[in-house]
Amino acid sequence: MGKVLMKGNEVIAEAAVHAGCKYFFGYPITPQSELVAYMARRLPEVGGLFLQAESEIAAINMVYGAASTGVRVMTSSSSPGFSLKQEGISYLVGSELPAVICNIVRGGPGLGNIQPAQSDYFQVTKGGGHGDYNLPVLAPASLQEIVELTQEAFDIADRYRTPVILMGDGMLGQMMEPVEFGERSETEQFKKDWATTGTRGDGEPKIITSLELDAESLERRNCNLQQKFARIKENEVRYETYFLDDADYIMVAFGTTARITMNAISKARQEGVKVGLIRPISLWPFPEKPFIETRDQVKAYISVEMSAGQMIEDVRLAVNGHAPVDFYGRTGGVVPTQEEIYDKIMMVARGVQV
Amino acid sequence: MLEEIIIAGFGGQGVMSMGQLIAYAGMIEGKGVSWLPSYGPEQRGGTANCAVVVSDEPVGSPLVTRPSTAIVLNNPSFDKFEPRVRQEGLLIINSSLVVRASERKDIKVLEITATDIANDLGNSRVANMILLGAFLELTKLVSTDSIVESLKKVLSTNKHHLIEVNKQALKKGASLVAVEIS
Repeated sequence: MGKVLMKGNEVIAEAAVHAGCKYFFGYPITPQSELVAYMARRLPEVGGLFLQAESEIAAINMVYGAASTGVRVMTSSSSPGFSLKQEGISYLVGSELPAVICNIVRGGPGLGNIQPAQSDYFQVTKGGGHGDYNLPVLAPASLQEIVELTQEAFDIADRYRTPVILMGDGMLGQMMEPVEFGERSETEQFKKDWATTGTRGDGEPKIITSLELDAESLERRNCNLQQKFARIKENEVRYETYFLDDADYIMVAFGTTARITMNAISKARQEGVKVGLIRPISLWPFPEKPFIETRDQVKAYISVEMSAGQMIEDVRLAVNGHAPVDFYGRTGGVVPTQEEIYDKIMMVARGVQV
Repeated sequence: MLEEIIIAGFGGQGVMSMGQLIAYAGMIEGKGVSWLPSYGPEQRGGTANCAVVVSDEPVGSPLVTRPSTAIVLNNPSFDKFEPRVRQEGLLIINSSLVVRASERKDIKVLEITATDIANDLGNSRVANMILLGAFLELTKLVSTDSIVESLKKVLSTNKHHLIEVNKQALKKGASLVAVEIS
């Protein structure tokens, strides 16, 4: 299969099918409805099941049910609908069930609008629902990267028995780019002896639940969860860096914002300003290493986000006071332009150099 | 080579599909391409636009704020994008519907009565292809063959009989530019 030109939302759906996902429960919402529509058409072709639920809450609980049987299952939404799913996501975490949940972020808070945003960063990286937990969050920047990260998302979900979030913005969902769906040469096999598909005499009844009424038992479960989160932090950090070798200034941006920022960086470099980029791909676990490696050499970091400043908190934690951290962001569905980002770079560069 | 194009007009004038055809054709020719639609709460009579980037390298930002080419099919699109065309850039106007003229001296402006010419060809809906033909003749960004190849993909099979009139429109648009240059 050669290159095809597809919409981001459709790429997520097709990539999920390639990853062996045969079950999708969802509810349409702009700007990710094409994903739901694609699944409705595609899943019956591969012997799977698509079901449009009566609400986002119903959809995530259907995901819970399907995940309990050990199948690869997915749901998707956009910000307001994603908020509705939080209770179910917390239950998935508590019950240690693998699933992939896609959030194509739009402007908020509240009903907001349907334009691109990244303002659900706090929600996806700091828990989101109730209880002590973190979720692996992957943020692709291109449609080809969606193909790879969707597969990764399902693998991470199965490897650690955890829900995984795939996060994009409305721009990524709506745009078209050429993509190629290569077949994975080796696929990790996951033993799912916990799945509630009947014991067939192979041992004790299998129970999937997040309920644990005894405080000390629940604390033990929480300690196990924390150990799992520590393993994920150890093994599942993903990021890319550009032009860090000689960088005086380092931009930090993820998703489509990173691409716009790269254009601004190219222009600033033509003007002789040595500026680089750290692009977190896993938003949680957040990539601390490239900051630790650079924070004593650079003059400043600039976090660029489609939010009022959320990832900047993780940047500050990683930089830990070793260098100044500046910010440029637009909100409410306004996308920062490369010209604005360039101006910000030049302002910071001139300000610090003088 | 980096061409950043904005195509804008009323919903239904085929601005989205024009952009998709360029992106498809660029992909066929092995170029880096992206297509980004405006997708606000558009309303009937409002404007729709798409941004297309075609590059020798993988596309960076799919967002176009200062287009190297703007193709505008109606008045609101002219008002919005005429000032944004970058210096030495290209502005192609469907002058059948756009009543204003550009006063900018730092860009190349091409006015084509595309809707009228399309009516003469017997299908008012190919005005977009006349403009596209002119654009390609001027820039040689992708070949007409690649566009026709892309048409087969963009149009569903039951609409393949329309490929011929689209080809005619592309050719007509190209010939208008050839006249202008000579």
